This record gives sequence, C-alpha cells and structure tokens, in this order.
Amino acid sequence: MLEVCGISVRYGAVRAVTDLSLSVAEGEIVALIGSNGAGKSTTLNAISGIVPLSGGSIRFAGEKLDGLPPHEVVRRGICQSPEGRRVFGSMSVAENLEMGGYTLAGKGAVREGMERAFALFPRLAERRSQLARTLSGGEQQMLAMARALISSPRLLLLDEPSMGLAPQLVEKVFETIVTINRQGTTILLVEQNAGMALEIAGRASVLETGSVVLSGPASDLARDPQVQRAYLGI
Amino acid sequence: MILQQLVNGVALGCTYALIALGYTMVYGIISLINFAHGEIFMAGAFAGLLLVAYGKLNLFLALAGAMLVSVLLGIGVEFVAYRPLRRASRLSALISAIGVSIFLSTLAMLLFGANARGFPEGTFPSRQIDIFGAQISSLQLLIIVTAGVLMLALELVVKKTRIGKAMRAASEDYTAAALMGINVNLVVTFTFALGSALAAAGGVLVGVLFNAVSFNMGLHAGIKAFAAAVLGGIGSIPGAVLGGIVLGVAEISGVALGYSSWRDAIAFAILVLVLLVRPTGLLGKRIDRKV
Repeated sequence: MLEVCGISVRYGAVRAVTDLSLSVAEGEIVALIGSNGAGKSTTLNAISGIVPLSGGSIRFAGEKLDGLPPHEVVRRGICQSPEGRRVFGSMSVAENLEMGGYTLAGKGAVREGMERAFALFPRLAERRSQLARTLSGGEQQMLAMARALISSPRLLLLDEPSMGLAPQLVEKVFETIVTINRQGTTILLVEQNAGMALEIAGRASVLETGSVVLSGPASDLARDPQVQRAYLGI
Repeated sequence: MILQQLVNGVALGCTYALIALGYTMVYGIISLINFAHGEIFMAGAFAGLLLVAYGKLNLFLALAGAMLVSVLLGIGVEFVAYRPLRRASRLSALISAIGVSIFLSTLAMLLFGANARGFPEGTFPSRQIDIFGAQISSLQLLIIVTAGVLMLALELVVKKTRIGKAMRAASEDYTAAALMGINVNLVVTFTFALGSALAAAGGVLVGVLFNAVSFNMGLHAGIKAFAAAVLGGIGSIPGAVLGGIVLGVAEISGVALGYSSWRDAIAFAILVLVLLVRPTGLLGKRIDRKV
C-alpha cells in the first residue's frame, strides 16, 4: 500500500535520512525503531509532506505521494499523530476532534467520526467540552490518536505514542493500537520503546543515522542479538 | 469630564485595536511582524476617500468598498512578498515586509501627492451629543459602534466557523494543523484578508475623524497599533483589543492632563512598563517553545 523508495531528507547541510526504503502492506502494523536522531520522525514527516525530499520517491495506493502538500496527503488517506501529542491546548476536546475531521465533507461525517472515537476512548466523551491542555498526559495521547482517526485514514502514522507515559498507560496505548489495527486501519509505528513495538508489530525496520540497517519480521528482530543489545537492553 | 475623556480615549483606542488585530493574527500564525500592515490601513483610507469623493458612495458603502480593496491588497502582498519566503529565515521575511511598506507608501505619494487630503464636507454629519453631561461627537460614536460591530463579527468568525477554528489551530501549532489536513496556506491567506479588512475600516474611520488621509499615515498608526498588539500580548486577539483601548485611553488622559506633546512618549512608556512586569503582554500566553 505504501512504498517508500530510497528517500533522502536534508536539513540544510545535515543529512537526516539517506536512501531509506520501506514498505507497508494493507492491514499490517510496521514498526520503525531506533535511537534518538536516527531519522524516524523525519521519515514520517516526509511521508506526511511536512519536509521535502531531496531524493527518492513515495507512492501510496499506486499514486505518487511526494511533492503533495500535507493536507492533500491527509485527503488521500494518511493521517499522522505527531510526536509529543501536539493537541491544540486552548481548544476543547470536541474542537480538537473537529480539526481531525477537517478534510471530511459535512458535519454528519465529522459527528460519525467523533462517535467512533468516543466508542474507542470513552474517557474523551466525558471530557468533550474541556480544554485539551487540562487533560492528563495519557488523555492527551488518547486525544491525539482519536484526532488522527476522525478522518478514517487507511494508513495511520503514529510517532512515539508511548512517550512520557506511565508504564500501565503505555500498556493501554499499545492495546489500543492493536484494536485500531484490528478494526481495519494499517499502522506505521515509530517507537523508542522497541520491546513493546516489536511485540505488536508484524514487521519492523531498525534505523541508524538515517538509514535502515536491519529489517524483517518483528519476532525475528526481537530475537536478534544485536537488536537485543542495542534496543531491548538484554 | 472624565467620562468625556474616556470616550475620547476609547474611540482612539478602537482605531488602534482595529489595526492591531491584523498584526496579532498574522504573527499568531506565521510569526511575522507584517510591517506593511500600516500601509494596508493607509490604502484602505485612500480607497474610502476616493469612493466617497469620486464614487459618490455614502460612508458605509465606501467603508465596505475600502475593506474589499485592502483585502485584495493584503492577499496580494502576502502572495508576492511573504509566501515565497515561508521556508526562509524570519529575518528575510521581515526585510521583505519593510520593503513592501516603503514601496506602498511611496506609491501612494506618487499617486495622491504628498499633502494630506480630507473627506468631502458632510461625509458624516458631525455634531455633539450630550450623554450624561459629556459632550460626545457623533464621529466618536460612529467609530466605537463600527469597531464594536466588526470585532464582534471577528469573534464569531474565529469561534464558530470552520476556517476560524482552523485559524486558531494553526496559530497554536502550524505543523499539527497541517497534519490534520488543514490547508494552512489557505488559512494564512484568510488571516491576511481578515486583518486587512479590519485595518481598512480603521483607515476610513481615522480619515473621517481627523479629516486627513495621507501617504504616510500608515507609519505612525502602524507603530502605535503594533505597540498595542505587543502590549496586549502579540498573538492574542482579545489582547490586541485590550492593548489598543488601554493605549488610546492612556494617550488621551495624558493630553487631558496637559501633556499633549508627550502623548506618544506616554503610550510607549506604558508599553515598556507593562513588558517589564509581564514580558508576554497583558493577555499573552507563556511562551514554551518546543524544540
């Protein structure tokens, strides 16, 4: 469904991503793991059209994706829940979800999306009129994920959904990711919590200094001694 | 007496507020001090004047026409001078803004001459109205009511409409807004349009109040309004309104106490004092920048 072919991204003179390729098939959970600054977020932002490519190409459902502005990428069915949650703090929970449904035509579609989100995250329904910045970290993460789901994307890009959360909340977030996937959304997951990511993903790639150094079935990577030493702390 | 000065101050403050809103909204979204905004205000004043003098329109139709002219000009300036620099450094865009400002005021001087021009006699009936012992001029009432209506309309647009909500989202987090599928470039265009419309209304009202429209009116009013926006907290819409009115009232109070030659000094002294105590302005948010 998603084909990333040999992309490069540079910030000025700095090469953030070099000749990176990966693919995601319909229905999968694919994990991108790696340490800080390995280029994981840059890769997601390149797919979302936030940063321009300096080489390579990205195709989605057979169509060329690179070069499109971010809102066109969302229209084609890819939505990102960014690192650090980045909810709109001075807007209410409901308004945040409305922004998530910005590309949808008509209020009915937005309301439907919200009902689906509230079914998945009942906590948000209770807080719908509260300002997003008054939510706890875990609730903000739920809101960020719910917001990215309102437009019913075919591919959901999740950037560090477990960042800064207490262990039992991390567990809950990963359970929710599996639920979202079972309901038919394909997921590309970027995580520093490599252990959990490899547990729920079907396939995974390891990034180091902007390139893929290892990729394969997640269960194989979890048993790989190099991965265990570098990312799983075993 | 006090009530009368208060009305004088609020009327002047309303004109500052109308201009300050444009500065603050644009800054809120693309972190640019749009130095050409004062010239959009000046262009609105000239458009209003020409529509009244040669178009023989009544003041309110001329006001609407002037707003339309400035909207087109504001969108044009953004498209030509700022959009190509969206990924460049802040400083480049700032220099570009200063360039546009000089260009527009010089162009106005070439087109309309260096002397101030007045609105034709009887554009708006000027008379004194006695309210609770205060002598209020009908022009001041016109300014306060018109500015009030426009600010209420702005509040409705920003709070209730789809594009208004997108504006708030983009102002809070530009990238996150883009990731949600909001066409942020369209939001920027819309923001320039709104700000320019309000500035044009301010220009026409100021032109009628002082019965003077000149090529360099944008510089002075622009700096005052910019100070008002900073005083209220740059990026905050209610802050711009509050900052404008506080500045207007402070200036008129100074004049009433006999320090009329100090009026600009008073305005800027207040700005400095407030910023010393509250660096983000009266209603400004704490700035915590993400890396």
